[in-house]
Amino acid sequence: MPDRPLSPHAGVYKFKYTIVSSFLNRLTGVALSAGLIPLVWWLMALADGPKAYEEAVVTLSNPFFKLIYVGLAFSFTYHLLAGIRHLVWDTGRGMERRQSQVSAWVIIILAIVLTVLLLAALVVTRGLA
Amino acid sequence: MSLRTPLGRVLGLGSAKEGVHHWWVQRLTAVALIPLGISFLVSLICLPALDYLTVHAWVHQTWTAVLLVLFLGLACWHSKLGVQVVIEDYVHSGAKTVLLIISTFAHTLIAAASIFAVLKVAFGIAP
Repeated sequence: MPDRPLSPHAGVYKFKYTIVSSFLNRLTGVALSAGLIPLVWWLMALADGPKAYEEAVVTLSNPFFKLIYVGLAFSFTYHLLAGIRHLVWDTGRGMERRQSQVSAWVIIILAIVLTVLLLAALVVTRGLA
Repeated sequence: MSLRTPLGRVLGLGSAKEGVHHWWVQRLTAVALIPLGISFLVSLICLPALDYLTVHAWVHQTWTAVLLVLFLGLACWHSKLGVQVVIEDYVHSGAKTVLLIISTFAHTLIAAASIFAVLKVAFGIAP
């Protein structure tokens, strides 16, 4: 730590919805970045032919990766909705305290609902794949 | 009275000499990724199966390949900008520069590899 006064950091703020919604957006964004790795793995295997593809799919569909896909499904829906919320803010709208409070709760609930629907769709179309 | 020079005000580039470029490209890629991301996910759900032949035939289609290339390129670009901000905000030691370099290289590698893979399938012969 430098030996001088520092500007206030995250620790001095009261924990409330603004922190949660902002931090979740960053967290889900980084999760989606990590999700690019299984995606490129899958596409490279596809380009390498049937044998490479079958091998990759065996690894990419083990329970560990399935758990990751659940996280990625939530990350996708939340980051998408939070991103739209940010784009609305960029036009100067929705920044009053009440409005941002409501939109914070709307996107978190909507993200959970959409994630459940998305996972349900995957279970229906792919079995328990 | 402002201490900024008239030229500095007109250019509006700030101390990093980049102006709003980072912010603007992040928004631009974000807007494009809304339809591209949704269409990618919906396609994955709607494909009858995820076996080699089905997925190969799907990526082999011209429009699929074009949209996939756009999706992969813009997702990597948007991801690179976002991860950069996270690193700049939370890492203050000498590791910051190293992490920024690693992140840039990794994103470039992932973009090149995934786009090349799609093009290889798209230009190849259907099995």
